[in-house]
This record gives sequence, C-alpha cells and structure tokens, in this order.
Amino acid sequence: MATPQRPLSPFTDIYRWQITMTLSILHRITGIILAVGAFGIAWWLLAVSASDIRYRQFMDLATSVPGKIVLAGFSYCLIYHLLNGLRHLLWDSGHGFEIRQFYLTGWTVVVLSFVLTGGLWFLAMGQGISP
Amino acid sequence: MSAPGMDKSMRTPLARARGLGSAKGGVHHWWVQRLTAVALALLTPWFLWTLVSLIGVPHPAVAHMLGDPRRALPLLAFVLALFWHAKLGLQVVIEDYVHTRWMEIALQMAATFACAGGALVCVYAIVRIMFAL
Repeated sequence: MATPQRPLSPFTDIYRWQITMTLSILHRITGIILAVGAFGIAWWLLAVSASDIRYRQFMDLATSVPGKIVLAGFSYCLIYHLLNGLRHLLWDSGHGFEIRQFYLTGWTVVVLSFVLTGGLWFLAMGQGISP
Repeated sequence: MSAPGMDKSMRTPLARARGLGSAKGGVHHWWVQRLTAVALALLTPWFLWTLVSLIGVPHPAVAHMLGDPRRALPLLAFVLALFWHAKLGLQVVIEDYVHTRWMEIALQMAATFACAGGALVCVYAIVRIMFAL
C-alpha cells in the first residue's frame, strides 16, 4: 500500500519568533528547575532539624559563590513561574485572550520577574548577604 | 451545541454526561494543579520573606522560629503543595515528550516516588524542628 502524502503539521521552527511561545516554554523549563530545587528546600529543612554544625555547613555552601549563583537562578525561576502562573490562572478564568492582552501580560511578567528578583536580593543584602 | 441530528460525536450521551474522557479522570488533574497553584501563589511570597528574615540568624534561633506553629504549619502546607504541584507538572512534561512506553512509565514512577520522598523528608524535618527532637 502506498504511503499517503498527507501534509505534516509545521514544526515550531517554521514560525516567526513570538514572545508568547518563549514564555510558554520558559514556564515549563522553570517548572522543571523548580521541581529539582524543591529537593534543595528539603535539604535545607533537614539541615535545620539536624544540628547547629549541619546547618552551618549548609549555610556555608549556600552562601558560597557557586551557592549564590544557584540560589539566584532558583529565585528567578520561582518568581518567573509564579508570575506566569498567575497569567495562566487569568486565562483559566476566561480572561486575557485578546492578542494585545497576550503581549501586555507577557511583557509585564518579563519586567516584573526581573524587578522582583532584584528586589528580593536587595532585601537579602540588607540582611547581610554580600553580592 | 450543534443542532439535533447534526452531532458528529462518536461518544455516547452517557460518556458525555460523565465527562471523564479517555483517562477516566475527567478534570481532576487539571483541578488539583490549579488548587496547588493558588496555594503556592499565596504561600511563596510568605516563604521568600521568611527565608530573607532568617539570613544571618544563628541556628538555635532559626530552629526556634521555624518550630513556632505559626511558621511550621504554613511551611508544611507550602512543601506539601510544592511537591504535589511538582509531581503534576513533571507528569505532564513526561506525557508530552517521552513516547517510549516503558521509559514513560519508569519516569512517571521515578518522578512520583521522588516527589513523595521529598515531601516526606520535609514533613519529617519540620516535625523534628517543631518538637525540637
């Protein structure tokens, strides 16, 4: 039997770049990173529950340069995923489906994610964390 | 809804009324993902604020602060919602991208066990902190 020559659905690389697709895939990527990072929270809680020495060892690691790079990335992912998640909840409620609104809420998430992550680290530095 | 007699659906009226679909779970996954999302949207700002307020605080005071039920209970809610939400999210990613059946099942199991394990470890640690064990 001959293979029917059906049209294939176009793959993602056929489309012009749009912010909507970028934010969508970032939502997934940050979600996977956060799932891994959740085990870091478990690790931190275990250290607190264990002993003074174990907590200090954890904090030394967390406040080392590689530790702070990981925490900076993790905090950005958390704030991005939270803000874009609110965008998803807005859609779930049946709002925000106009093209203009997609762009408006999308860029709001991008800008706010950087502002809020910066604000969080500004507060952390106020508490004595060095950059 | 289309006009009477124009419905091309192959589903029986009973199947449509039940609304469970081929996964037999209806909107349960979708709903719990949203439920945990709303919980996390409320708890995450509190969690981040708590973390920042603990910077530079020595261990006995950290354990004392986190052991206070006013922090330990929201913290329990946070980690449970977090690992549940992570499990549901990873499930969808695996369903979408892993098409080798045995690998998909193995990954779904691994993700579920890992998230359950992470949640259990958090509960154990928080209970230990609460009762200063």
